[in-house]
This record gives sequence, structure tokens and C-alpha cells, in this order.
Amino acid sequence: MRISCPYCGERSLDEYLYIGDATVTRPDPAGANAQADFYKYAYERTNPAGAHKELWYHSAGCHAWLVVERDTRTHEISSVETAKDVALKRNVAKGGA
Amino acid sequence: MSASQTNRITGKGLIDRRKPLRFTFDGKSYDGFQGDTLASALLANGVVLTGRSFKYHRARGILSAGSEEPNAIVELRAGARREPNTRATMIELFPGLEAHSQNRWPSLKYDVLSINSLLSPVFVAGFYYKTFMWPSAMWEKLYEPMIRRAAGLGRASDEADPDTYDKSNAFCDVLVVGGGAAGLMAALTAGRAGARVIVCDEHFDLGGRLLSETQLVDGKPAHDWVRAAVAELRAMPEVQILTRTSVFGAYDTGTFAAVERVADHLPKPGVHQPRQRLWRIIAKQCVLAAGATERPIVFGNNDLPGVMLASAVRTYINRFGVMPGKTAVIFANNDEAATTARDLATVGVRVAAIVDSRPQPSAAVRDAAKTTGARLVSGVVADAKGRIAVKGARIVPAAGEAFDVSCDLIAVSGGYNPNVQLTTHQNGRPQWNETLAAFLPGSSPKGMTVVGSAKGTFSLPDCLAEGAQAGAAAATAAGFSAHVPQVPKAEAESYGVVPMWRVKEAKHKAFVDFQNDVAASDIDLAEREGYRSVEHVKRYTTLGMATDQGKTANVNGLAILAALTGKSIPETGITSARPPYSPVSIGALAGHHRGKEFKATRLPPSYYWAKEQGAVMVEAGLWMRPQYFPRAGETDWLETVTREVKTTRSAAGICDVSTLGKIEIQGADAGTFLDRVYINMFSTLGVGKARYGMMLREDGIVLDDGTTARFAQDRFFMTTTTVNAVKVMQHLEFCHQWHWPELDVQMASATDQWAQYSVAGPRSRELLAKLVDAPFDISNEGFPYMAVAEITVCNGIRARIYRLSFSGELAYEIGVPARYGDSLIRALMAAGQEFGALCYGTEALGVMRIEKGHVGGPEINGTTTAADLGLGKMASTKKDFIGRVLAGREGLKDPSRPALVGFRPVDRSARLRSGSHLLPKDAGNFASNDQGYLTSVAYSPMNGHWVGLGLLSNAASRMGEIVRAYDPVRNGDTLVEVVSPVFFDPEGERLRV
Repeated sequence: MRISCPYCGERSLDEYLYIGDATVTRPDPAGANAQADFYKYAYERTNPAGAHKELWYHSAGCHAWLVVERDTRTHEISSVETAKDVALKRNVAKGGA
Repeated sequence: MSASQTNRITGKGLIDRRKPLRFTFDGKSYDGFQGDTLASALLANGVVLTGRSFKYHRARGILSAGSEEPNAIVELRAGARREPNTRATMIELFPGLEAHSQNRWPSLKYDVLSINSLLSPVFVAGFYYKTFMWPSAMWEKLYEPMIRRAAGLGRASDEADPDTYDKSNAFCDVLVVGGGAAGLMAALTAGRAGARVIVCDEHFDLGGRLLSETQLVDGKPAHDWVRAAVAELRAMPEVQILTRTSVFGAYDTGTFAAVERVADHLPKPGVHQPRQRLWRIIAKQCVLAAGATERPIVFGNNDLPGVMLASAVRTYINRFGVMPGKTAVIFANNDEAATTARDLATVGVRVAAIVDSRPQPSAAVRDAAKTTGARLVSGVVADAKGRIAVKGARIVPAAGEAFDVSCDLIAVSGGYNPNVQLTTHQNGRPQWNETLAAFLPGSSPKGMTVVGSAKGTFSLPDCLAEGAQAGAAAATAAGFSAHVPQVPKAEAESYGVVPMWRVKEAKHKAFVDFQNDVAASDIDLAEREGYRSVEHVKRYTTLGMATDQGKTANVNGLAILAALTGKSIPETGITSARPPYSPVSIGALAGHHRGKEFKATRLPPSYYWAKEQGAVMVEAGLWMRPQYFPRAGETDWLETVTREVKTTRSAAGICDVSTLGKIEIQGADAGTFLDRVYINMFSTLGVGKARYGMMLREDGIVLDDGTTARFAQDRFFMTTTTVNAVKVMQHLEFCHQWHWPELDVQMASATDQWAQYSVAGPRSRELLAKLVDAPFDISNEGFPYMAVAEITVCNGIRARIYRLSFSGELAYEIGVPARYGDSLIRALMAAGQEFGALCYGTEALGVMRIEKGHVGGPEINGTTTAADLGLGKMASTKKDFIGRVLAGREGLKDPSRPALVGFRPVDRSARLRSGSHLLPKDAGNFASNDQGYLTSVAYSPMNGHWVGLGLLSNAASRMGEIVRAYDPVRNGDTLVEVVSPVFFDPEGERLRV
């Protein structure tokens, strides 16, 4: 597998580390059901066959966390964005900072 | 020509007759030529028996002339380079080559275990499961050793591999797999367009079948055209030719794996030359021109030496100038019979009969029979005759009585299987083609085009045309302007295959998988016993599971299964081919990553100084750290470590702590950021101060601990444990980039930038006072406990000083730029001489932290919470932090969770062992009584006995209780007392003086 890092270009899989699902975000710790929400966030995962957004870390490169959309059946990658950009957009959508 | 090469044909072949080579097989000396394979040289010398089979020890010879060889498997070379299970057909002859046959005792000709063949009714499919089920003890002691001896797989060398293996990455526009007619045309066309082309071929010369056939290309012998094509390719600067290179895996994103046998054809690799090289090739486009593999036909005794694939017969004649027999019978279901008969007759082999299994032998075959004088039979060869070599064939005509024909060669062709393997490595499914009676590539991976006989195109002019088209298309797709050239002229051949899988008239055992000794009767049995899925039959019979991956066996096997189950071949399906296409040595996969170079080694700044002192080193992650510094007269490590601890606690000790992870954290929101990752507060930390911090994972378990100093309002310096340095850096970047990108904070690892030493002990202040530059005030008032400062030392060297203590003594850590690390340790030791200071290693470091009850790696072990470690009160209730919510789960607050306490042996002379399980005093040693375990133990020089830290259930209420430390692994069973984890200076008075 090869991933196109927005900063470094297309690089081999061995430069990256995988952490997992990018569709879950850290819940509100002050929320009413914080413990249940965090439990889901920490442990519950879907296992889709097909397109999936995942977090990858360019550990042997620029240290950027990336949101990679990958087809889990073929490893075909349809998009790569920096996690920071995705998170900033998410914040704007939530009306946050 | 050597007199011994009785089967060598004068004036024929592409071998170099000016370069004779001597080699040995089973200790006997033979001659061959440069350009021979071991197989061709053995055949030239009349050696047809090359080994015994895996299970039945049946006599086996050379079946093929390529990487599909299932039979002629030999042990190559001797000593440290001895290599089992190499294919004689792929071994290039080199001077002094030494090979041995496998699976025979005492000799190849008189193999005692060939009695297995008589016992063959016992050794049927699934016999391991059926015969050796009970009693289980008999497995280990009797059956398994017996089977291992009987079912030989050659002997690996017991010595370390003396050779090196390389790894290389390559990038290209067009990768051409296979250098036969189609592949060469593709490479020429793409190369002419200027594309970066890599051509790989598993053989030592490009040309493929063109080297083995007598066809003309552009009116010249095919190998002349090959020579010109290769010369043109070599002249192109962007074209790289990799011969002896097998592309064994096709992966996503145009990634291919290949192994180049760089020096396998030499007696030993040259100086600095690798034995093999593993290639990772990244290709924008791939042209797969991997050719096709001829199928045997399943008839009685079809495994006897002297039964050979028809294509291999032609290869041995035309390419190697070797006569594979004197009298031949040809058995085929296609027009390869005609070509083979002509080539045999041309070199003087008598073609006794052509047996054509098709309902009507074709005109081509009738014509060849006429010109060669062969008897043409419409029918089958039912059995080969002979004990250790073919002596004849029993022929059953379609009409009429069976009869025998004397011969020493049976050339067999059951048609061709296109080599589609690389198209299936990413889940591509081959498609059955009824006309060609073969599986053709179904979908192929993105960017891959299949051409030539790999695609089922068996006629030379079509192969050349397809190659040219694919080469042009691939170059165009890669961004070049390419055009399809005029292809050289060649004559079209006929094929006309009509399936013939299994000869039902066979009286003898008929083999499907030669290498794994799977006969047609095994498939019958599997089917009778209910194994009807091709995947089940494969596993039950081991069909196609040998190192040849069933290249000559799989399709025949499933065709036989299809016939038995009354299904069609496409309904029956085919098992998946997975990488590697052909065997790859572990050495090539490991490359340089072996022994000491398995992983990188990091050296702390004081490494060379410590080596000069005779320090004993220990691996800590990637680091090599001094473990202890023995002195003359000391008899064991404990004596040394005890001295190091006592000296440090009474005078001063210096320890290299540069391996701790160090992270610079800066920005206006740095304090806020640290508040969110640590359980305790850091935004309130004063400038010029340090604080111990602990961080959790989101699930509430402790991730790491360390101290973080604040050098300015917006500038922090974090330390982590040595082992978690990388993990913590990754975690912080994750938290910042994914959770809180809005925070103004930047971070960078500075582990390698700072050399850092701990200077501990009551004389440490006096020692450092000699090195720090004025006007820095190192007095207790001027620089109290937990203070930090940026200073200079040794007349102007930039340094950071921290008043931190892991040992429990008055102590400092001092950091200088890493390049001064060696100088600083020498300066510290010189300054410390008058105080009796020494340098201590990781052992003394560990002893002192256990004496002080500080947690380390054995306690922060991925299962413990802050509360488990007695540090729950550190967690701030005024803020959120990573792990806070889930650490509050009921189960993690359960008081029966094992928590940290100290232990000392009731009998003070007893030794404690880490890992000992803690049981109630009078409880039996059952897992159900387990209440925890000892995590860290040490002989405490300050207490004069062993002490331990451990995790114990309901620890808080059990102070003073006596429990059992049970260590069945080392026969330990010691009564220990539950005590405070702090064994020395519980008030912490020493570190504040």
C-alpha cells in the first residue's frame, strides 16, 4: 500500500502507522452520558467492507496524522487529508473554535 | 566434449562448449557446460533418477525444465551453504557444484523406505489424521519422529548462513514480467517510447520459449532475434533487465515483490556481493507475460523417471543440446505432439509411437507421424512400465487391444495452464475457457495487462503482436507517446487441445501432485469421504500444497474432482494462488535485518566512555545502556551493584539518563494542552519549576510518567520513560492534531539533542558546583528541590539543570547539547574524584528506585490505573484530561483490584523473585487463590535484605499481613510481609537538603 501524504507525497506503507477509525470523535467529557459515550468511543467499532475513513500517522516522515479514506477490500485510497484540517472543519461545523 | 556426456548432441544448443564445468551429484563426478542447468547436465550424463518422493519414496526424475519442477528436488552445496529442496531445473551449473538427492537411504538406487510404496494403501489421503490419533503421547515419541524421517524434505544447514542478502526499491513506468516473445516485444515498444522499463525473467537468459523452439522469427532462428532484441534493450538508458529474478507477488498501488538470485549461479558470492536481492518494484503499469506451464496427464506410473513434459523435452534438445532418451513415446491431447516428434527425430531419437488422446488426431500430428516414422495411435498411454526408470509404455488404443511399446522416454502434454498467478494475488478470479481447456486471467489488478500465453494466446505471431500493443498502451498510459511497431514475422502454430485429465485404463498409481505424492486415488477417496469442495480436497489430500504450489497439479486435480462430483470445472472452482509465486528464501526476506542488525542500535552519549571503563552493557529498547561497572576483584554483579548504590547514597553517583524521551512543547496554549494530557495540573506550574506528571490512555490505564519543566510561560520541556518516548510523542501529536487543533502549541522530539546525566548523592551539589559557571547559585536556597534553570557549564557550554531525584538522594539532572555528552561525563567524573563519585548503571538505578517505591516499567505495564499505583490522588478534579472519564468506571475503582504495595521476606535471608504470585498465607497454590504478583524486586543494600514491589488485591487494608510469594517456575515459595512500598528514607528528607 502507498499513501500520498499531503506534505511528503506518495510514500510506502512502512513509513506509516495505523491507529484506526476516523469516524469516531472524542465525546464531550461534560456530557450527561459521558461514560457511556466514552465507552463507545474507546471500544465500539464497525468493521465495514468497503470505503472507510481511517487515521494514519506518518511516523517515519512529517509526523502528520492523516485521515485516509481506504477501501478495506482493495486497499484503494480515494482521499487523504491531514487530520488537523479535518478536525478544524469539524470544529467549525460544531460551531466551536 | 567430455566422454561422459553420452546424451549430448553435437552442434546443438545454446550452451558454451568452450567452458566445461565439473560437478558432483551424490558424490559422483560429472561434466557439463556453462549454460547448463543441473537438470540438463544430469540428463547429458544419462542420469535420470534424481530423487525419491516425499511420502512413498518412489523413484523420481526430471519432469520439467523450469520453476514448476515438482520432482527433481535436490540438496545443493555443502556446509553452511547447504540448501535443501532446490529445483535442479533452476540451478545453473557452476564449477564444483555439489548436489545430493533427497529422501533416500542408504542410496538413491536402493532406498529402504521405498517399502512405503508397498504400504501405500496405508499412506492414503488423510492418513496422518486417521492413523495417528491415539494415544497422543505416541505422537511426540514415535509417530512424528518416524514420519519426519520417512517423509523427508532435505536437510537445512545447521550453520549460520555466511552470505548477505540485499533489499532494493525500484520505480518504473512499465514493469514487464517475463522476457519471452510477448514480454520482449512489450519491453522494446515501451522502451523505444522512452519509458522507464524493468524487465524481469526468472531464468538466466531472456527469451522464454524462443530459446527452446526451432521456430523462425523474421526468417532467422528465434534465439538470434532474441539476442538482437536484448542488445537493443541493453542499449536503452531507461531500461533495466533483471534476469534470475522472479516476480513473486503483486500488491496494491502497483507494488510488486521480486527476488533476484544475484550469486546463486556462482560457487560463492563475490566480495561484497549479496547472494540474493529482494526487490520492491513500484510500477505505473505492468505487462504480465509470464507464459504458460504444460500439464502432465494422469496415467499409471506417470511419475517414473523418463516421463517428461513435451515442452521440457524440446527445451533439453534445442536449448541444452541434450537427448533426453533414445526411444520415445509421445502422449498428448494437442498438437504439441507434432512439434515434439519432429524435434526428437531431428536429433536421432526414435519416436516409437505418438499416442493422441483426441477423438481424431489432427492433420499436424498425422503429418508428423508420417515424417518421423512414428506409429500413430488414437488412444492413451495407460501405464508407464519400469521400476526406477521408464522401460516401456502400455498403450490402450481407442479401438483394439492394449499393447506394450519399449521406450525410455514418454513425452507428455496435457495442454497448457496460463501462468495467471500474479493476476489473482489481489482477489482476481481466473475464468475457465472451454476451448483452451484452461483458466485464463479474469480481472487483473489495476494497471496490469496480460499478454501472450499467460493470457491463453499460444501462437507466436499473436504473442508478438499482443506484446507490442500492450507495451505501447502501457507507455502511453504512463504518459509517453508510443506507437505500435511492425512486429517480426513468425509462423502460426496449431494447438487444438481436447481435455484428457485422467486415463481411466491405468492399472498403477497415477499421480496428480508429484511433489506431495498425491495420486488420483487419493482424490477418489477424499470425494468418497465427503470432501467435495476444492478447498477441502486441497487440505485433506495436500494437493498443491508443496513448494511448487501445485503448478503442474492443481488444474488436473480439480478436473478429476469435477468429474467425480459430476460438476463442471468452473462450478468446481480453483483454489487461490497467493504469494510467493515460487519459493523465496527467508534470508532474502530478512535482508540485512539479522543478528545484531535485526534492528537499529542507539548509543547513549557516554557509551564510549562507559566501554573504556569496562561497563557491562544491556539492551533497553533500541538503546545499549551501561548496566553496571564492575571493578577488579568483584565476583558478581550483585557485589558491583551494591557498591554502586552504597557509594551513591553516601557520596555521589552519576548515571546517563539521556535515553529518556525529551519533548519540547511550546506555544501560548502549551499549559492548557499539558493539563489535558496529564492527570495533574501543569498550567499552574511556575516558570523555573518542574513537576512529576502522569498520563493515561483514553481507557483510563496509565500510559507513561515523567517530569515536565517550565522554562518560560509558553515553553515546557517534557521527559518520558525510555521505552515510551516514541509512543508518547505520537500520542501528543494525535491529541493536538485530532482532538484540539485549535490550541496554539507546537512540539518536537529532542531526545537525541540532549545528553543528560543524573548526578545524585549527598556530595552531588559540591561536585556540580565545580562545573557550573557563575553567577548561577546552586545552593539549596538558590536552587531548591524541583527547580530548573538554563545555565552554562564548563566555561560557556549551554546547559539545563534540573533538581530532580529518582534515587531519593539530593540529586540533579544536567543536560548539554548531545555533542558535549562525552566531554561532560569525563568532566563530571574528574570533578567527582575528590568526593569518591562513581558512575552507576541501570541496575543500581533500578535498585534505588525500588528502595524508594517509585513505579517503573513493570508497574506501568498497560494494566494499571493511577489509583492502582497509589497515585490516584494526583488526578485533578478541576479539569478534564485524557482517560479521566473511563478511569472513573466502577470496575477500575474496585478496591479488590491489585494495587501497589511493598514486600519484604519474613526470613530476611530469602531472595525474592519478580513474577512470583501472591497467595494468602495458608491457601493452596491454585489460580483461583491468586491475588497478585511481585512486579519488581531488588536486594536493598540499605536494608540488607531483598525487597519487592508488587500488585496485591485489597492492598490498602493488608499492611503487616503475611502472604505467600509462590514462584513455580523457579521453585520459589517464600513468605513475605506486606509493607509500605517506600523502603528507604520514607520522609524524603534526603532529597531536600
